[in-house]
Amino acid sequence: MLTAPEGPHVLRAEVKSLKFWYGKFQALHGVNMPIWDRQVTAIIGPSGCGKSTLLRCFNRIHDLYPGIRYEGEVNLAPEGVNLVDRQIDPIMVRLLVGMVFQKPNPFPKSIFENVAAGLYVRGIKNRSELEGRVETALRQAALWDEVKDRLPKPAYELSGGQQQRLCIARALAPQPKLLLLDEPTSALDPIATARIEELIDELVKDVTIVIVTHNMAQAARISHQTAFMHLGSLVEFGDTGTIFTNPQAAQTQDYVTGRFG
Amino acid sequence: MADALHTSEARIVAASRVQDMVFAVLGITVLLMAMAVLATLVADLMSDGLARIDQQFLTSFPSRRPESAGILSAWVGTTLIMLVTAFLAIPLGVGAGIYLEEYAPKHWMTDVIEINVSNLAGVPSIIYGLLALGFFVYGLGMGQTILVGGMVLALLILPIVIVATREAVRSVPSGLRESAYGVGCNRWQVVWRYVLPAARPGILTGAIVGLSRAIGETAPIITIGALTFIAFLPPSPIQATAPFVNFDWLNSPFTVMPIQMFNWISRPQAGFHVNAAATGLLLLLMTLVMNGFAIFLRYHLRRSLRS
Amino acid sequence: MTAQSDDLTFEALRSSTVLRRGRILARTMSVVLFACAVISVLITTAIIWVLVSESWVFFRQVPLLTFLTDTQWTPVFTNARYGVLPLLTATLWAAGIAMAVATPLGLVLSVYLSEFARPRFREILKPILELLAAVPTVVFGYFALIFLTPLAKQFIPGLSGFNLLVPGFVMGIMILPYVVSISEDAMRAVPMSLREGAFALGMSRWRTAFSVVIPGAFSGVTAAYLLAFSRAVGETMVVAIAAGQNPNLTSDPREGAATITAYIVQMSLGDLPHGSLAYATIFATGLVLFAITLAFNVLGFFLRRRFREAY
Ligand SMILES: Nc1ncnc2c1ncn2[C@@H]1O[C@H](COP(=O)(O)OP(=O)(O)OP(=O)(O)O)[C@@H](O)[C@H]1O
Ligand SMILES: [Mg+2]
Repeated sequence: MLTAPEGPHVLRAEVKSLKFWYGKFQALHGVNMPIWDRQVTAIIGPSGCGKSTLLRCFNRIHDLYPGIRYEGEVNLAPEGVNLVDRQIDPIMVRLLVGMVFQKPNPFPKSIFENVAAGLYVRGIKNRSELEGRVETALRQAALWDEVKDRLPKPAYELSGGQQQRLCIARALAPQPKLLLLDEPTSALDPIATARIEELIDELVKDVTIVIVTHNMAQAARISHQTAFMHLGSLVEFGDTGTIFTNPQAAQTQDYVTGRFG
Repeated sequence: MADALHTSEARIVAASRVQDMVFAVLGITVLLMAMAVLATLVADLMSDGLARIDQQFLTSFPSRRPESAGILSAWVGTTLIMLVTAFLAIPLGVGAGIYLEEYAPKHWMTDVIEINVSNLAGVPSIIYGLLALGFFVYGLGMGQTILVGGMVLALLILPIVIVATREAVRSVPSGLRESAYGVGCNRWQVVWRYVLPAARPGILTGAIVGLSRAIGETAPIITIGALTFIAFLPPSPIQATAPFVNFDWLNSPFTVMPIQMFNWISRPQAGFHVNAAATGLLLLLMTLVMNGFAIFLRYHLRRSLRS
Repeated sequence: MTAQSDDLTFEALRSSTVLRRGRILARTMSVVLFACAVISVLITTAIIWVLVSESWVFFRQVPLLTFLTDTQWTPVFTNARYGVLPLLTATLWAAGIAMAVATPLGLVLSVYLSEFARPRFREILKPILELLAAVPTVVFGYFALIFLTPLAKQFIPGLSGFNLLVPGFVMGIMILPYVVSISEDAMRAVPMSLREGAFALGMSRWRTAFSVVIPGAFSGVTAAYLLAFSRAVGETMVVAIAAGQNPNLTSDPREGAATITAYIVQMSLGDLPHGSLAYATIFATGLVLFAITLAFNVLGFFLRRRFREAY
């Protein structure tokens, strides 16, 4: 029951009857949803409903673990490539889709090396190009002013919020088609959270963002589209305003008003 | 009645406290005993051999007269053998350890390799000597050379390096792997750029412990038929003319410190026993320093993981 | 400053040489690493092959039954006898004495470390024990022969200059750190909840240790002793130096007797023509040694694994 988008939305990716299994356990039961270009799509739902599972399909990070299986499609538009196709090298997918995890997890290396990590993978070795791209990414992540004097310092010396923005910069540096955020603020204090939210507002002018969040207010504040999931299925997808004020499904209504278990 | 109950309980409590005390004292006694053995051993070696360690001892070849004998060829041999051993055992062991932790799929082949490594760790060192004698020395016709000596000790410590590598790699947090794959690294890039650097201190500890074991190993070297009386040095690994390195030393006969020590113990004259004690003291010093360094590394590693 | 630059389209990535090179390197390295792991299997195969093929000469001339039942081992005499029993009994005597020392001490020490010692204290003690394990065995041999044996002679009447008792004792101390480290690991892996159950009944610490922790860690502790026994059987230098090199079927550990390992050392020191019967004897006896240690190692391995899976 997709609600038709208002305005001139451009498709960036499309999930089509996506099913996913951890061994014998089926965690996604045929999910359909569009991801609109340069918009923030929030995925919400009770714990264990499959939000992270869905998000992690977009960059095939599931492939690290044995016994998993995909069925269906996650098509990147306009290329028309199915990201979860077995024929597609997961490495390629990860080069196109950046991801930021729940807990800040910088590499035990310098700040510079962290942001440049994804660039090295692409074979970029030219020092001035690296420096330029690292600076761009750090500026995008609103971290440049804080770290520009200590790029060679270990990333662990940064605060938790700074580390998370560093991870965002790391994901942005290779200019991904899609940026995935899995509860990026749940390990942060309110001030650091607010900074990340501002940052997302700013970033979405350039990048398409999919974010998983537990925080309903956060979803309402920062997202354009919202997907509500329950027990591995997509219950409702639509404009954030509609989902929060006038949801179609009773379950959604219960969840967004806090009556859900 | 209530009072009687009370006192009987108190008695039980007191008795169990005494039992615990007794056991703790027993434990400490055993510990002290073990340490006393170590201390006596060190003291005995020192009193027998410390005075013998001087420049003459370090710079002389073996001799029929104990006073003019020395360990020059032995310590040079030990050094060169250790070079070969480290050069072979560390890459091989680290490679195998990484394969088992990061690559191996869960099936019977992995199981076979795993049982194997654990069994190899328990194979008596002298059996490695027989392997080298039958296979390297005669089977491949390599003779009793430094290369063969280094190879047999490398095989011997391979399980130690493998096990240490596996433990070190296993303790690398999985979040590090996920984020490395997340930026698009392939498996080798993840291992080489992120997992290995994080596991380095643990691997280093294992390598040092393994090498310190190899330094003191005697039996496999005796078995391959290493000579005990070597009055010359192998060709130098470094030369003045290009290409500046020279690998002839690999094919040279050799002796090592533990063999020299064993040889001197077997002589009836007390003078040679003094030489043996001096050699043992040096061996002990080397292994204790190496192990001490490994313990220090591990301690630091733990502290840095905690923070 | 747009992040949507198009230098990284899917097609561009697919044909990128950098990525292709990375893929090739990754594939090569996975083969190389696999090869490293397979080498360990090849080593075992090579050991078995060498032992069997080189002792072939021996078993063609000496019937297996004679080898296992004859009571004399005199391979270099003109009237040669090839009974492995003297070597085997000496080996088992020495290893048995070592276990008689290491078992009680190891049990007390591992219970103490796992159940009594404070964590900080334990962190200091364990490395010290490791240092004991780091002493080269040839040094232990010197200690046994030159220091301990003359000392022990004053207390034990009839003790020979070469004997099984002193090297057995020294080996016991030598394998102690090994026993302690494995069995202490096993004891600490026993879940706290089991201990809490015992403490709740009012048991004292040591009673808890012996009635709950040790039974709980039984297979792990047993594995420690099996592996330690295998070590003692294969230990060479201490016995080669201090137990003498004379094959001697004896029931008195105060006498000297050559173990299998000591015999191999003794023969290796002489001149062994390749392919001779004397040369083959060290592989035949080595095969026996390998078989014994293999049995104990494999048994220990499975016990340890079962224990790990239990918790
Ligand atoms: N590795 C795994 N193996 C098996 N089942 C898993 C695995 N990871 C997650 N699951 C199951 O899949 C379902 C969806 O999990 P997922 O992590 O996607 O939930 P989530 O919506 O992100 O929850 P949360 O809000 O708590 O993060 C859950 O029932 C979970 O138990
Ligand atoms: Mg989640």
